[in-house]
Amino acid sequence: MSDDTPKKSGLLSRLFGTGAPAPAPEPLAEAPKPSWWQRLKHGLARSSSSIGQGITDLFTKRKLDAGTLEEFEDVLIRADLGLPVATRIVEAVGKGRYGKEIEGEEVKAILAAEVTRALIPVALPLVIDTAKKPFVILMVGVNGSGKTTTIGKLAAKFSAEGRKVMLAAGDTFRAAAIEQLQVWGQRTGAPVITRPQGSDASGLVFDALDKANEAGSDVLLIDTAGRLQNRTELMVELEKVIRVIKKKDETAPHATLLVLDATVGQNALSQVEIFGKMAGVTGLVMTKLDGTARGGILVALAEKFGLPVHFIGIGEAVDDLEPFNADEFGRAIAGLE
Amino acid sequence: MFESLSDKLSGILNALTRRGALSEEDVNLALREVRRALIEADVALDVVRSFTDKVRERAVGAEVVRSVSPGQMVIKIVNDVLVDTLGSEASPIDLEAVPPVAILMVGLQGSGKTTSTGKIARRLSDRMKRKVLMASLDTRRPAAMEQLASLGKQLAIEVLPIIAGQSAVQIAKRAMDAARLGGFDVVMLDTAGRTTVDDELMAEVAEVKAVTKPHEVLLVADALTGQDAVNTAKAFDERVGITGIVLTRVDGDGRGGAALSMRAITGKPIKLVGTGEKMDALEDFHPARIANRILGMGDVVSLVEKAVENIDQEKAMRTAERMRKGQFDLTDMRDQLQQIEKIGGVGGLMGMIPGVAKMKNQIAASHLDGKVVKHQIAIVNSMTAAERKNPDLLKASRKKRIAAGAGVSVELVNRLLKQHRQMADMMKLMGQNKRGGPMAGLANMFGIGGGGMPSPEEIAAMQKQMGGGAALPEFPGAAKAPAGLPLAGSAPKLPGLPGLGVKPTLPGLGSFNPFGGKKK
Repeated sequence: MSDDTPKKSGLLSRLFGTGAPAPAPEPLAEAPKPSWWQRLKHGLARSSSSIGQGITDLFTKRKLDAGTLEEFEDVLIRADLGLPVATRIVEAVGKGRYGKEIEGEEVKAILAAEVTRALIPVALPLVIDTAKKPFVILMVGVNGSGKTTTIGKLAAKFSAEGRKVMLAAGDTFRAAAIEQLQVWGQRTGAPVITRPQGSDASGLVFDALDKANEAGSDVLLIDTAGRLQNRTELMVELEKVIRVIKKKDETAPHATLLVLDATVGQNALSQVEIFGKMAGVTGLVMTKLDGTARGGILVALAEKFGLPVHFIGIGEAVDDLEPFNADEFGRAIAGLE
Repeated sequence: MFESLSDKLSGILNALTRRGALSEEDVNLALREVRRALIEADVALDVVRSFTDKVRERAVGAEVVRSVSPGQMVIKIVNDVLVDTLGSEASPIDLEAVPPVAILMVGLQGSGKTTSTGKIARRLSDRMKRKVLMASLDTRRPAAMEQLASLGKQLAIEVLPIIAGQSAVQIAKRAMDAARLGGFDVVMLDTAGRTTVDDELMAEVAEVKAVTKPHEVLLVADALTGQDAVNTAKAFDERVGITGIVLTRVDGDGRGGAALSMRAITGKPIKLVGTGEKMDALEDFHPARIANRILGMGDVVSLVEKAVENIDQEKAMRTAERMRKGQFDLTDMRDQLQQIEKIGGVGGLMGMIPGVAKMKNQIAASHLDGKVVKHQIAIVNSMTAAERKNPDLLKASRKKRIAAGAGVSVELVNRLLKQHRQMADMMKLMGQNKRGGPMAGLANMFGIGGGGMPSPEEIAAMQKQMGGGAALPEFPGAAKAPAGLPLAGSAPKLPGLPGLGVKPTLPGLGSFNPFGGKKK
């Protein structure tokens, strides 16, 4: 998608950016921005520099021994890779190199390669099947993971691609969630289907499907209320929403995206498992990678579930959503230039 | 929130208690497991490391107390370190300042600041009768201000009117002015979510803090956070300076490592926990209780503490061994009775068992006080050595003599003998069934409550209820303690006691081994 030129190319990013309609009247949108890859690296910088730094410190002028490997494992655990993945990477590094000297750069390369290898199979774009009209995308996730914001960004992206987008404010629970989506609707020019707060989400979704059909929308993005995966009653409610969608269109939802916050830890495994089981998640979106969190859990998720990772969110602005690239993510995590 | 961590830890530690002696290797192995369990619970690595180091240090340096098994000692140490890590005192929100008291809410995006703001405001106004004003300083996320306004409407709490275009600092100032004029007690300032690397926003919140001089700065953090919890807590504490933590979404799952991490990293107390999306789902955080819950040991730790002081492990072991062989005589019974006396009598003992505390009054009402045990000891003391060894010798005339010697009626002597016979039977029965499952200790515990006069059928039923997990008689004395008192009738009901049915307490009871009796 973007380029490998690590130049500070505000323009480039604008060009590659989704060219969203006039940036929202917000002060933050003004400053020129570096390319998303730089921003990703910057976001991952604290973590990857600590990983990168940790590795460099660890593997300098030292023969590889059990102690070094154990510390290396700790470095990986800090990135939320989880124990099984960390153990495997440590083994990969230790294999055949025991007692020999090994350079930090070499270790980083191995780490990046391992992460990339695990993620390549899941780094798949979200393909909008134009035969399905509207193409229904359901957004699910725990509270505060960034569903509504991601919908806004997706809407901007799809509109920029020339698709006709409609939004359904299915989060009828949280205060002002509807208003939040409406703001995104205004920014992206997409109509927003709403019902008053507290109404039945399934009913709203039913309406939205009708309206999307009438309007001939290409894409219908459905927001849902955040719910913790262990709250059975809320998960059942989500199942109902899906049942209602299926009543209108047997093949819908055509994509069900689980939005994960990059700061999430091992709990993500349970989120993917349960949302997968109850809501038939077809792909993942990871948000808030612009913080210090590393999102290393993606590796563990890829190995366990193999669900596609479609997008990553790296900021609050409308174009801060990018397709997921395994190679770059691997390099960023390992702290490689 | 700590269920899965609790399950793992108590599993690991239970394995330790089953062993008579612990080598350093055993401890190291267990600590590796503990480390793993903590990491899987998303406890930050630094915290995990200092945790296991502390435990190891104390375990190695620990004085070997003869009267408890080494495994129990380790449990005690782990518990102490957990309490250290979580802090021992509950720390509520502090409003002791000149009103309007400002409370500043900070945190990452999506951690639940606005919802928590509403919940806290509701609590302060409903429970503490404070007049609360809420103000949203979130000028960034679409509809963030509307969210707080709508919460205010829902909760009937005043919200500062929105004036478009104002900066966070301006709004904060306006809120403080409005609160002063309006006679508000508390001003809740809800800020925009920010990443810890966003210098601009971190500077902004620092400025808001300088302007409003909040009495409390609460970091709102998501309990589902992984290793990044450390960065978040550190960054906010360093850049803004927090006074406490509100942990949200603790109803999420069985982990909760973030709680351990954040407290340990910042040294700031966790003040409140959010336990659901409803506006009243906010609870005080009680670290000591949580530590107990994490270990799943109920109040057993305190029981161990008392036992450490009072019980001679070797004696108990000897008795246990004899009983296992079916040689339980009256001298053994007296030993057990004396041990019960030492740890505060039956009442004191039962008070320490989770869920049984409620029965304490009942026990008191039933005159099951120290006297009963004392009388029984006196009866045994009035016997000759031969009689103690072989109670069958006791015919009417001997009984009369004994009763006179002990200053009780013959009826009481008979009752004691009957108890002894039944206990001996029960011991034999349990001795035959050596499978010391997790319920083993529990079986003993039920012995306490139901020991009165259980018929063999009752014993069988009890064992059945407990999954057949009868055990070595580590705790024989208690089994007959409530002898023939009204309590006896309640034996079959015990498994249904709410306290005992609660999952987290069961594993603890499983390891319950008050007399340190070594399992063979």
